[in-house]
Amino acid sequence: MAFRFELVSPERRLASREAEAVGIPGVEGDLTAMPAHAPFLTVLRPGLVTVTAGGDSTAYFVSGGFAEITPEAVTVLAEEAVERSEVTREMLDRLIAAAEKAADSAGEDTRIAAQQRLSDFRTLAAQLAG
Amino acid sequence: MPSLKDLKIRIESVKSTRKITSAMKMVAAAKLRRAQEAAEAARPYAERMEAVLANLARGAAGSETAPRLLKGTGRDDTHLLIVATAERGLCGGFNSSIVRLAKAHAARLVAEGKTVKILTVGRKGREQLRREWGRHLVHHVDLAGVRTVGYAHAADIAREVLARFDAGEFDVATLFFSEFRSVLSQIPQARQLIPASFDEAAGADAPNYEYEPDEEAILADLLPRSVATQIFRALLENAASEQGARMAAMDNATRNAGEMINKLTIQYNRSRQAAITKELIEIISGAEAL
Repeated sequence: MAFRFELVSPERRLASREAEAVGIPGVEGDLTAMPAHAPFLTVLRPGLVTVTAGGDSTAYFVSGGFAEITPEAVTVLAEEAVERSEVTREMLDRLIAAAEKAADSAGEDTRIAAQQRLSDFRTLAAQLAG
Repeated sequence: MPSLKDLKIRIESVKSTRKITSAMKMVAAAKLRRAQEAAEAARPYAERMEAVLANLARGAAGSETAPRLLKGTGRDDTHLLIVATAERGLCGGFNSSIVRLAKAHAARLVAEGKTVKILTVGRKGREQLRREWGRHLVHHVDLAGVRTVGYAHAADIAREVLARFDAGEFDVATLFFSEFRSVLSQIPQARQLIPASFDEAAGADAPNYEYEPDEEAILADLLPRSVATQIFRALLENAASEQGARMAAMDNATRNAGEMINKLTIQYNRSRQAAITKELIEIISGAEAL
């Protein structure tokens, strides 16, 4: 069984294809969506979206955003997204620097979220480098 | 009566002007195509975002704890007008029509006793607003070195706007830009950004989602992004409108130059013939006198 997977960034549609399962880095934990999943909406943390189709799997790096899951489709709306193989050290450094800045200047109520985001980026960078 | 030489110089100068305007027209046409493609490509994201938000906003509409970006500050005293125009001129009435709409809006607000603050994006809008509304300009975003607007630019503008909102500098934000309909028609628009307003119909048929985290947390996360998305869309529409308007203006200019060249050429030929005839008469009457 397959369903539709779409990855969209503000500037363009990055992927639109059939998939059997989609792994999503949700803000409250990773999840895998399969066809006929209940309607679900989650915010993403920085991480990898993995799309499995016909035994192959492709990973996309997303810097955050949200995912909309319906029984027929998964739509990932990411602010920044590229295929895993295209992730560069400079890109990660830039995102980490931006997250650091955000964490430093964050107010009382947003500091925890900003720090969480920074540590997510660092974990991910280590994971991708290794 | 200008001399033959003067006429010749003028014809040459109009011809080179025509060359420039027709080149600008072709450049604008090529850029327009790219701008339209960019606007097209950005549509899926904006539409999904809008649908999801409209759905969430309906649920949170009556809530006491709804984010301030949705329910507003509870006041309506200070308005921020974000006026997005082009960096360059020579594009017909494109910049002026946006500025005119913004000025009318600002004048109405002032007449109602409200405070108006203006944030300009693009040099042309700032120049036109400076004289009358100079005191109200609070910030300017320069996109002069930018060849194609990216989401990052919109995100920067959104950050600036949101920081000012968080600091309590204004209650309502309205965005002014020009919507691209066709090469011949670009319509200046005003859209309210803060508090967020949604089309009633958008997202009405959405299924009953489960949310993670809860609806209000998602809403609080998405609303700032939505501000950036809407600014991005406005910038893309503006880019397409600007090139469309420039194309139409340059097409007109090229045609006018052509007409002028024809007129000057006729004048040149007439004067040349008149001069020849005069010389002939002089020679003939000279010969007859002998």
